[in-house]
Amino acid sequence: MPILEIQNVSKQFADHLIVNNVSLSIEKGEFFTLLGPSGCGKTTLLRMIAGLNIPDSGKIILEGQDITTMPPEDRPLHTIFQSYALFPHMTVFENVAFPLKMANWDKAKIHLQVEELLEDVQLTKFAKRYPHELSGGQRQRVAIARSLVDRPKLLLLDEPLSALDASLREHMHIELVKLQEETGITFVYVTHDQHEAMALSSRIAVMNFGEIEQLDLPQAVYTRPKTYFVADFLGKCNLLPAEILAKNDNNTLRLRVANYLEFDTSQDNADEFNVGQKGHFAIRPEKINANRQNQYDNLFSHSAKVKGYYYYGESTLYEFLINDEIKIQAMLSNSKNQTIKFFDEGDDVVISFDPHAGDFLAE
Amino acid sequence: MKTSFLSEKRVLSIPPLVYLICLFLIPTIFMIIIAFRVPGSYGGVAPIVEKINNHTQINFSLDSFKFTIDNQFIWQLFLRSLFFSALTTLICLLIGYPLALLIARSPRKYRDILLLLVIIPFWSSFLIRVYAWMIILGPQSGVSYAINFVLGTLGFAPINLLYSSFAVVACLVYINLPFMVLPLYANLEKHDIALIEASRDLGATKSESFWQITMPLSLPGILAGSGLVFIPCIGMFVVPELVGNNCSLMIGNLIKQQFLQTMNWPLGSVTSIIMTLLVLSVSLAVGLMFRRLGGLKYASK
Repeated sequence: MPILEIQNVSKQFADHLIVNNVSLSIEKGEFFTLLGPSGCGKTTLLRMIAGLNIPDSGKIILEGQDITTMPPEDRPLHTIFQSYALFPHMTVFENVAFPLKMANWDKAKIHLQVEELLEDVQLTKFAKRYPHELSGGQRQRVAIARSLVDRPKLLLLDEPLSALDASLREHMHIELVKLQEETGITFVYVTHDQHEAMALSSRIAVMNFGEIEQLDLPQAVYTRPKTYFVADFLGKCNLLPAEILAKNDNNTLRLRVANYLEFDTSQDNADEFNVGQKGHFAIRPEKINANRQNQYDNLFSHSAKVKGYYYYGESTLYEFLINDEIKIQAMLSNSKNQTIKFFDEGDDVVISFDPHAGDFLAE
Repeated sequence: MKTSFLSEKRVLSIPPLVYLICLFLIPTIFMIIIAFRVPGSYGGVAPIVEKINNHTQINFSLDSFKFTIDNQFIWQLFLRSLFFSALTTLICLLIGYPLALLIARSPRKYRDILLLLVIIPFWSSFLIRVYAWMIILGPQSGVSYAINFVLGTLGFAPINLLYSSFAVVACLVYINLPFMVLPLYANLEKHDIALIEASRDLGATKSESFWQITMPLSLPGILAGSGLVFIPCIGMFVVPELVGNNCSLMIGNLIKQQFLQTMNWPLGSVTSIIMTLLVLSVSLAVGLMFRRLGGLKYASK
């Protein structure tokens, strides 16, 4: 039985449909991420799970119990807010003790439990400090300790790392995954950061305009995007207009891409498409190769001109033009074994890629 | 860089300084001196050096202080002033807090209108507002009629709302309410809603959330509003004079009487000094409490 089930939940604010008929189920012990741009409804969905907003329609079920309209204080789950929302007039100790105090634990038990949690997040020394006397990372840890102190069934995290600087954020990624594994508590994580989502999650739901565009494992969402939006939002992607010329056996589609490139691509869901259907061919820049010699493997290749590049350090993103009109980006690694020399603007090269590494996406 | 003797700051501070010296410091010094002098036979004060029957008399004495300290009636007035002021502050807080909270939690577009409604009474003169209350509480008013009708049917004697301690406190509350609401609103409006949501999320009911989070965070506002209501209340004399009776006079009435009617300036000065010290000590206490609440300045976003 899933720990959390969301059934056909919708929420409207004024005239805006923020969450549109969303259904999903989360298994116990998952690190589940809602990923999407700002305004896609991911935070509203999280707030409805927390009880801070009530859905207009649909049901939210936690361990078989309907909690759709249950007041937030009665739900066995906690939220870590983007701003941490630490109580400024309480010390670190009092902040962490708050949920236990509200649950009427006796003082001695509260003391023991809070001490233990503070030790877990290495804040024992800071117990008597006030939140404004702590650094961003320490505040973050207080917020985590406070929401785990009474062992909730579910922890909701609303972009909890967005206020931290890059290096601390990466450190916290490791900490969060460790924490989740150690406690076994189910995490529901909201973020707009695709790297964060892919690095942390067991599953990702990509949201756009209040709907789930794709729900899958991080690798699947990245390598096999189901919609134009998912391909575009997660990482860089070449999205070329395409049309299905023919459907072959063994799930392959014959495509005409950008009006005159023609190749076959394998597609798990080939059955869903019809000959003549238009859409896009999506292929990641790192799947595209380029060289000066004419090496025609069994890959698809074509001559192209270098239009420009962005040097990223470990790799370089090139922009190529095929026949002066089709723009294709390639991410070329700068690792030592790579024989590729730097290309300059205007160089003639041959680009090649395995068409099976790309996907046809319907309009 | 060396600040020149006539720096901008100093030049700008001259007019208020002159104003305060002429109209506050010098009169206060006069008042302190008068407190030690002797009342004149026909009002005011007797000359400091007086020749009576060939012998020179210097008219300085502590008589007015002794008289004040020994006079139970004056102490009663002080105590009543403190009591009325404290009661007014408490009622203003009980009415003003929910009002300020309501305004602070209203949609942003309504807040300005609601605040304007709180301030609107200031558009008419203080005296006119007290006169309005005299009509509201007067024997001919609907309020008086309704209350006495209920009392009558229950078998009690009719009461007079006007010219009573009730009328004095009611007027004081009405006049001072905005001074409680405005600082409270300014504080509550800055509260981060996420803190309330976090408290609910962590298991607090609505009322627990108020007493654990909202109330403690609004202490600076409560303190500021209470100070702004309590301090001017102590010296109030117009309200008791217009809507009060003999049993609801305050210390301000005594001071006014000594200076304008009885013409005993030294006694008036002594009571004024005590009142000033009282107000100063209250301000000092408020100030000290503010300092202890230092951590709360981080309460807002």
